[in-house]
Amino acid sequence: MKLEIAGENALILYFGEKTDPAVSAKVQQAVDALETALSDVLIDMVPSYASLLVIFNPLACDHLEVRRRIRTALSDQTEGETSEGRLVSLPAYYSTESGPDLEDLANRANLSVEEVIKIHSEMEYRVYAIGFAPGFAYLGEVDERIAAPRLSTPRQKVPRGAVAIADRQTAVYPAVSPGGWNLIGLCPTRMFNPEATPSMPVQVGDRIRFQPIERDEFLSLGGEL
Amino acid sequence: MSGFKVLQPGLLTLIQDAGRIGQHRIGLTTGGPLDSNAFDWANRLLGNNANATALEVSIGGLVMEAQCDTYIVLTGAAMPLKINGTEQEGWCAHKVQAGDRIDIGFSTAGARAYLAVSGGFTVAKSFTSTATVTREGIGGLSGEKLQQGDFLPAEAAPDQQVYRLPEAFRPDYTAAVSLRVVTGYQQDAFSDVQKRLFFSSEYKVTDRADRMGYRLEGPQITPSIDGILSEGICHGAIQVPADGQPIVLLNDRQTIGGYPKIGSMIAMDTARLTQLLPGSAVSFEEISIDAAHNLRCLEQARFARTEPEAL
Repeated sequence: MKLEIAGENALILYFGEKTDPAVSAKVQQAVDALETALSDVLIDMVPSYASLLVIFNPLACDHLEVRRRIRTALSDQTEGETSEGRLVSLPAYYSTESGPDLEDLANRANLSVEEVIKIHSEMEYRVYAIGFAPGFAYLGEVDERIAAPRLSTPRQKVPRGAVAIADRQTAVYPAVSPGGWNLIGLCPTRMFNPEATPSMPVQVGDRIRFQPIERDEFLSLGGEL
Repeated sequence: MSGFKVLQPGLLTLIQDAGRIGQHRIGLTTGGPLDSNAFDWANRLLGNNANATALEVSIGGLVMEAQCDTYIVLTGAAMPLKINGTEQEGWCAHKVQAGDRIDIGFSTAGARAYLAVSGGFTVAKSFTSTATVTREGIGGLSGEKLQQGDFLPAEAAPDQQVYRLPEAFRPDYTAAVSLRVVTGYQQDAFSDVQKRLFFSSEYKVTDRADRMGYRLEGPQITPSIDGILSEGICHGAIQVPADGQPIVLLNDRQTIGGYPKIGSMIAMDTARLTQLLPGSAVSFEEISIDAAHNLRCLEQARFARTEPEAL
């Protein structure tokens, strides 16, 4: 683990350099351990793919002490112990109607639309990070055959629920927003609902599987086209 | 219900408390006042809780009608405050009565002012805070900036002693600003030459400067890497995208991102930065994290020992 200064009240811990379930598991273990070990000085934490940002109260404790306490709390972290996480199934209506980039992506990959859908929905994805916007979960990794670079010009408006691919990441847009990912379908499950408890159906460390559904089912689950 | 009716919302007026803490893991950012010093003074001059809900008025133009008897104070940017047409002093508590008209004009120095009321506005919390983040549609009355006709609930306040902050203690928003930066994150991705260029050059605030981030313009800084695996971004982080123009990330920043960062500006100085309008010149100064802690503790001590004056 590498521990670096991020700002006057933040340290950042690096557990690796690439997307890897074992590294992500270590990030999760660290979140759990530090929540207890730093409870009196902790302001917030931001777990991501291979790093954990720890924000502390500099009036309660200096960075040297936080550093020492982090080292101590993580000293017995075990190697490569991947927690299973919960398995969450998300319905997805894949089609050229709901996924305006599906056909292009298939053509570029030399695959049929059906094959792209099959490849995307057969894989189990890990929630590596949540951020960018409330409820935006970064899922990985998609099969190399259907990986696709971001659009050269991002869309002004991506609909809520859009199932999208960027490089080897996939995600469901939690709200209408601008975005440059390739859209391949729509998910009727709300990824962020401020009125619901919990407000998100998934958390970092969970596993996700997309369940292909038909147009009728999508509409009956509250999906909007 | 008692409170204030919004007759004109101004350019951008937002309901803010001290910010949304502990919600980064579901992707929620902090929000909260851009100039926390002016915000803290607004609440302190009324004897409010430090987290009481106030209004952040950007540029000006807010007009309200009081519908209860209470006290208000306006701190921060120099925006002319009028009660029933009569000019009143900023950084000073004033009694208002039901039916009074409160006018906040356009700023002559600084960009954000804070209007607080005795006891704070009684707005429902969303994810532990009333802070409005319009990008997320969270906080405030409906996740939006104030609109004409909005009603801001507040309790009537009993007669009380009023206080002002003596002029000698008020910040000067026209003074030159050197912004202090704790280097960190991807600082190794910036060569000594690039770092020296950054810390010895003058940058200008562009018109792409909002609550999410202040985009600056000046000599191009080139890191040795294009991007990184997305990671958490703290308040004040200075990211350098491909065009080499630094962006200081603020209260409404996205919680994670993948651009290289040279370090982070201390909160005392982001407060100063966000009082600047487009075109203002700034420079940066590197400090250690220990120096940053010392400054924070000194500022805290100064705030605690500065006594408002009773009128």
